[in-house]
Amino acid sequence: MATDTLAPPMALPGVRIKSELMQQRARAARWFLLPMLIALAVVAGWPLLRSIYFSFTDASLNNLYGAEWVGFNNYLRWTTLDSGKTVYRGLLVDPKWWGAVGNTLRFAAYSVTFEAIFGMIVALVLNAEFKGRGIVRAAILIPWAIPTIVSAKMWSWMLNDQFGILNDLGMKLGLLSQKVAWTANADTAMTAVLIVDIWKTTPFMALLILAGLQMIPKDIYEAAEIDGVHPVKQFFRITLPLVRPALMVAIIFRLLDALRIFDLIYVLTPNSDSTKTMSVLARENLFDFDKFAYGSAMSTMLFLIIAVLTILYIWLGKVRFDGGDR
Amino acid sequence: MVGTFDLWKVTKTTLFYLLVIFIVVESVFPFYYAILTSFKTGTDLFRVSYWPDSFSWGNYAAVLNTGSFPRNLLNSVFISATTVLLALFLAITASFALSRVRFRGRGLLLMTILAVSMFPQIAVLAGLFEVIRSLGIYNTPWALIFSYTIFTLPFTVWVLTTFMRDLPIEIEEAAIVDGASPWVIITRVFMPLMWPALVTTGLLAFIGAWNEFLFALTFTSSNDTRTVPVAIALLSGGSSHEIPWGAIMAASVIVTIPLVVLVLIFQRKIVSGLTAGGVKG
Repeated sequence: MATDTLAPPMALPGVRIKSELMQQRARAARWFLLPMLIALAVVAGWPLLRSIYFSFTDASLNNLYGAEWVGFNNYLRWTTLDSGKTVYRGLLVDPKWWGAVGNTLRFAAYSVTFEAIFGMIVALVLNAEFKGRGIVRAAILIPWAIPTIVSAKMWSWMLNDQFGILNDLGMKLGLLSQKVAWTANADTAMTAVLIVDIWKTTPFMALLILAGLQMIPKDIYEAAEIDGVHPVKQFFRITLPLVRPALMVAIIFRLLDALRIFDLIYVLTPNSDSTKTMSVLARENLFDFDKFAYGSAMSTMLFLIIAVLTILYIWLGKVRFDGGDR
Repeated sequence: MVGTFDLWKVTKTTLFYLLVIFIVVESVFPFYYAILTSFKTGTDLFRVSYWPDSFSWGNYAAVLNTGSFPRNLLNSVFISATTVLLALFLAITASFALSRVRFRGRGLLLMTILAVSMFPQIAVLAGLFEVIRSLGIYNTPWALIFSYTIFTLPFTVWVLTTFMRDLPIEIEEAAIVDGASPWVIITRVFMPLMWPALVTTGLLAFIGAWNEFLFALTFTSSNDTRTVPVAIALLSGGSSHEIPWGAIMAASVIVTIPLVVLVLIFQRKIVSGLTAGGVKG
């Protein structure tokens, strides 16, 4: 954080000149920030507020402006039947919604955990000095560069039940006793999604962790070597604590990405209830089922859930985004 | 004694290189297999093979000559390029203010920008749909250029701010002593130094816009206005047995090859940009 502010310029004598200069700079800064702030307000702030507003109305796709305020009806409403029984309806008692929440959380937890472990392994490999390191780094950038839709299609072909190469390989190696309908089968659909996501995003995790690893001074390891510390112990006592800030930042970015996942699941396992996430369900309601207000309620809830999880993570994990003690 | 020691060392090296080979193969294989498939036609498609054994340009010809795929490619190029230029233009001045000037609320502003870049896009989808409809740009490229600003702008601001923060203060002081205004400092002093950073950030933002799916799917509705990810996702037959896998793979290879080439050329810069921004492109 040493260079992030314009320290009082030493070359300029006199307090008056300095403060005038600072004022001029502060004024300029305001004008410089204005276009960006307006742009963000128009594309992010206002649409977010409108989405939240729609969730309290009865808006439909073709009747956005005639929408009427209905309070919390989209979230929870109840009617008491003649028999005296009370029936609850709305998002908060919708099993489909909670199923999607569960799918999303499960997906995020598994994918980020595996990506952190594999990312760490790849980063440790890339941090070692060996012949062909450049080739490995170039190779791991390929999954990252491939568009998500393309990787979803590539893998859905590779995971194809009859003609897929993974079933063929699994049978040849004796890992599978029969061909598996990976994406269609409710038991394996989530596994299929996880395989593709982990394949695609481990490189990103690895690169962020590698940046953290490269900041660890080499002489610590030399000292540990002289003291005869076992490499495994070196990893847990030196590497892991020192790379932790970078790892925590990498994990939060991946976590936020995983919690909003849409494209991979939409393409790889369409219409599968065992993988449908909050985003997929919300979009389906907004635009396919013409339940615009109900879909808005879902996207508002999704926003709340992600916000709460993020704040908890940053607070509990004491994450710093400025790169630690740089 | 020496013999066993060497054996251990050899085993360790072998295991290490096996891991290296595994990482390279599992990273590259799916794309290799897509290329392999894209050159197969007819019944060859449904015969699993690990090496290239049949070769035909048929799928490429089909994708490029029929349907709206060439049009979709043009849409994607135009939309991604315009989005990036717009974001860079807005981000340069903003990141100067954020990185070099001390003012109240700067930390909060930076955190807000980071938060927007990590926004769940579905949370604004309904509101954006309304804005886009009322601006009359639904189903045009402008709808996507407009909406992509939500992730390209915060990302470019964040990365350029990190880059600018690391520029030496002496250069700026010298310019201030010479009486340069902040605008002159940006355009004459920083811009020449910022080119590498601008190229990196622009490239990452371009990849982000090129790959975007949710907005592209929602804000366009006809074959001619779609971008390539949506076109590829919707290339399908009626049932699961009619899916034109050859054509899908050919289209996938066409949209991916330029990205892979760019990424490999700029790999060092991309790695530094990614770690500075910490944002998935």
